[in-house]
Amino acid sequence: MIAIVDYKMGNLRSVENALKRLGAEFCVTSEEEVIRAADRVLLPGVGNAAEAMENLRKANLVEVIRSLRRPVLGICVGMQVMCRHSEEGDVECLNIFDARVRRFSPSAELKVPHMGWNRIGNLESKLFRGLDGGSYVYFVHSYYPELCPDTIATSQHGVMFSAALKYENFYGTQFHPEKSGDVGERIIENFLKL
Amino acid sequence: MVAKRIIPCLDVKEGRTVKGVNFVDLRDVGDAVELGQYYARAGADELVYLDISATREGRNTFTKLVERIADGINIPFTVGGGISSLEDAARLLDAGADKISINSAAIANPSLIDAIASRYGSQFVVVAIDARCGEDGIWRATTHGGSRPTDKELFAWAREAEQRGAGEILFTSMNHDGTRSGYPCETFARLADVLSIPIIASGGAGSVEDIARVLREGRADAALAASIFHFGEITVGDLKQELKRLNIDVRC
Repeated sequence: MIAIVDYKMGNLRSVENALKRLGAEFCVTSEEEVIRAADRVLLPGVGNAAEAMENLRKANLVEVIRSLRRPVLGICVGMQVMCRHSEEGDVECLNIFDARVRRFSPSAELKVPHMGWNRIGNLESKLFRGLDGGSYVYFVHSYYPELCPDTIATSQHGVMFSAALKYENFYGTQFHPEKSGDVGERIIENFLKL
Repeated sequence: MVAKRIIPCLDVKEGRTVKGVNFVDLRDVGDAVELGQYYARAGADELVYLDISATREGRNTFTKLVERIADGINIPFTVGGGISSLEDAARLLDAGADKISINSAAIANPSLIDAIASRYGSQFVVVAIDARCGEDGIWRATTHGGSRPTDKELFAWAREAEQRGAGEILFTSMNHDGTRSGYPCETFARLADVLSIPIIASGGAGSVEDIARVLREGRADAALAASIFHFGEITVGDLKQELKRLNIDVRC
């Protein structure tokens, strides 16, 4: 069973739909036992990182998530809260990935949020099996995780940043695989097969 | 670098897409999900579904349709048409829409932008502006499909929408819409000067070159089109190949 963690951070429907399209069985939950027992855990999230951390704390899920030993995938803000610290609300995060989350500096040439399809490169994980460097995925975000030893994919928006991270059984994508067409579907499929 | 986006727009009336024509490989071009999947496979970067139903029943049908679209489509999609309250936005978000587009209602009640953006994030809010350039050379927003003039000056209104929390501006020139004579690229470029959020160009495309021009000279981030796709003049895939050949950065 796949558990989609519901911690009141935006709509989970698109992640649910992506799993449905792949024919995967899943449940949406905030219960510790269900999350601990799951084969795979998805931590989606749209919104503010500080609020996301606060919600995880309120749901008593901080230690639960940190202690998971099966594959976990954080998406967008769900990935950012798995980093060390976020500039969004200056908040200490789960400290799973050794990256800080920083804000893009807008300029005439650089629109923030970084919204739309961008290429990912330097792919270094089974998560990207079957995909070529330079594949396009869909991003919507104003904060980004820095490059770090856990980086398994990069992208470029003014600066080069981590498009995906991995530490042991924990994975995270800054982009939205559930909205990234066939490429995204492949990534989710790869995650389920890890 | 973020690729320039190509966005087919589908009009939906009483739950069915209208204006579509003979796509040989589609069983039912009136089916919004099937048509959307067709465009997604062809390389569309996003889709816009515009509800043009006039009735309450049509609106309810549309919400159910949005749920089916969200189930069946694996790229982002925006829905618009008749959204005039936070409740409307919430209903469509729950149904699975990635973004909503508001137009006349934002002009009548600009704080609607703040309300939706602060609740669901700027990435959820597209403000559509239908503007016409008057004889005095000033662009002013119109409402109700261009039929009602307002005194809102285009650039000031677009700035205000951004400041209130709009995530994108979808600008249609009512002088060009339906004429197939190209886009007002200078106006788009000026808009790009005053805004820091993405701009979607709509209305007026007659050729690939028109679209290339508004993406390059007009500095638009995306081009939205309906008829050139629906009438099968060019496929989304071929358009993107052509744009690539013209050195426009597109996903293909």
